[in-house]
Amino acid sequence: MLTIENLHAQVEGKKILKGIDLDIKPGEVHAIMGPNGSGKSTLSSVIAGNEDFETTAGTILLRGEDLTELSPEERAHKGIFLSFQYPVEIPGVSVTNFIKTAINANRKAKGQEDMPSNEMLKKIREKAKLLEIDSKFLSRSLNEGFSGGEKKRNEIFQMAMLEPQLAILDETDSGLDIDALKIVANGVNKLRSKDNAIVVITHYQRLLDYIVPDFVHVLYDGKIVKSGTKELAQELEAKGYDWIKQEMVE
Amino acid sequence: MELKDKLLDSFIAFEEDFVLDEELHQKRIDALKIFESKGFPTKKLEGWKYTSLERLLKKDYILFSKSDNYIDLKDVKKYFLYDVDTYKIVFIDGVYSPFLSDTTHDGIDACLMSAALTKPKYRKLVDTYFNKIADGQDSMTALNTSFTKEGAYIYIPKNTVAQKPIEIVHFATGNEHALWLQPRNLIVVDQNAQVQIIERHQSLKPHELVTNSVTEIYAHKEAYVDYYKLQNDLDTASLIDNTYIAQEKQSNVSVHTFSFGGKLIRNNLNFYHRGEHLNSTLKGITILQAQQHVDHYTLVHHAHPNCESHQDYKGVFSDRSTGVFNGKILVDKIAQKTNAFQQNNNILLDDKTTVNTKPQLEIFADDVKCSHGCTIGQLDEEALFYLKTRGIPHKEAKALLTYAFANNVLESVQLPALKKRINHLIASKLGVNLGFDL
Repeated sequence: MLTIENLHAQVEGKKILKGIDLDIKPGEVHAIMGPNGSGKSTLSSVIAGNEDFETTAGTILLRGEDLTELSPEERAHKGIFLSFQYPVEIPGVSVTNFIKTAINANRKAKGQEDMPSNEMLKKIREKAKLLEIDSKFLSRSLNEGFSGGEKKRNEIFQMAMLEPQLAILDETDSGLDIDALKIVANGVNKLRSKDNAIVVITHYQRLLDYIVPDFVHVLYDGKIVKSGTKELAQELEAKGYDWIKQEMVE
Repeated sequence: MELKDKLLDSFIAFEEDFVLDEELHQKRIDALKIFESKGFPTKKLEGWKYTSLERLLKKDYILFSKSDNYIDLKDVKKYFLYDVDTYKIVFIDGVYSPFLSDTTHDGIDACLMSAALTKPKYRKLVDTYFNKIADGQDSMTALNTSFTKEGAYIYIPKNTVAQKPIEIVHFATGNEHALWLQPRNLIVVDQNAQVQIIERHQSLKPHELVTNSVTEIYAHKEAYVDYYKLQNDLDTASLIDNTYIAQEKQSNVSVHTFSFGGKLIRNNLNFYHRGEHLNSTLKGITILQAQQHVDHYTLVHHAHPNCESHQDYKGVFSDRSTGVFNGKILVDKIAQKTNAFQQNNNILLDDKTTVNTKPQLEIFADDVKCSHGCTIGQLDEEALFYLKTRGIPHKEAKALLTYAFANNVLESVQLPALKKRINHLIASKLGVNLGFDL
């Protein structure tokens, strides 16, 4: 589904990604872990097409199609979704109106008509239920005055509505208490299918107790230095990141 | 002939055409002398540094229009707040249109300035209020005063709530190639009375138009006044708006100014406090394109303790449009416990736009809370990226963010029908097709 080869990226001349290789198949969940500053958020921004970062080498292929030259919106139309660590507040535009705009923009890009409003409403209700979101929440301005938990729930709600092929969840667990974390994880699990894939980016193992990954990768200094299964995450939790750094030196 | 000379010369014919009694007439003559000695404001004056009238003054204006210009209601219905019932005071090329108007004397007075100035039953009110807070030394105000004749007269008696909003609408037909208008409004809201007023100026086809308007508003003890100025005219029309507001204790006055179109707009908005525990609100949304120019020049004079004022002006500028915000807050020594806030934020969508913003705080009291802030910037890149990752194309993402930026000033609009209308206007000005009902 997603194949990343030898990906190098920099921001303002500072090299951050130094040769990433990653192969993700449909139906899989991959976790990318690593200490602060290792390049985790950069990787998610680069996959989503953030123009602040310059891709200096390598390719990102989605189902064999090269995304490297595409804009963020074109990548979204192809099926990439990024759940933000810090979602942006948009006063005056409700959650419902925002998601309608996004859905219809995606349909338009694919040459489809706007989604009929009864169908839209049905889908919104269904997905809101999945994330235990009530209707009052849907009429509030997007992310304005939302708690950390509400913001993350809203991100996963958008993911549920847009039905991406590849979803990247960037630090979705940060700022969540355990109840909110369970709701969000539960929502994500229900969205897992054999046709889509999910990349979970996290500093801590906590989220991975609820969204169980098929593979775990450790990112350090812009490279994936270790890959394994979910046991690797537990090992990292127990031992911290220092032993990885130690191994690197050796 | 220079425009100034033309105005001075035409006064003789004007005073014979619209005769007022000696006392009122003397006010017109005194004002004319002020205008004669001061002339039109130039960029040499600190307050007019960024707005030049020069370009406007070169045209040969008709000063008094014919009285038989007719407009069909169906052609102008869209300029009214048609989905709610309102009182209407309507003028066509400066002349009252009984056909388009819906005035009242039932419980309140919403009628004509010319009637108030000449009929004995209004005499006491006119003597008490007319030309009492308008700045006699301001030359544009003085010019208007000297040609006082027509406009809106509104009186809301004690303990009365106006049952419908009042619309003051000025249409310009464009039948004259160049027209100079000088409406004069007087609004008195007595103790514990309430009113909502919407003022609009609209050209129906392109022609040179200058409106030099003066409005005096008196809000008595515990009165509520919400005033909305809708400035969405063609880009051949210019407006110099001089509004003066006197507030007594515990009154609430808000003025919202929506500047979405026009060649040159100057809003002189002055609040004078005459009692304690009152509240003044000044809000504005400016969205300009092409070579339009808007200058907001506000003054809030805190002259009593325990009062609040809130100013929030947002501007969105594209093409070669230019904007000015000059906000003066004056806090007298006696005005302790004043809360005065001022905010002016601007977004420039092109690199050819210019905005000058200047907060001016003069505070002589020591126990006050005053704050001001101004920003001039572009849209937040991170926010744009966020929208784009949802599949929203660059242009729409930009429009959506701009809309959100301007939109939150609308929260304080008390009239839902007007709020909806302004929402639509903002969306259409920004070229947003948001795919949802606003």
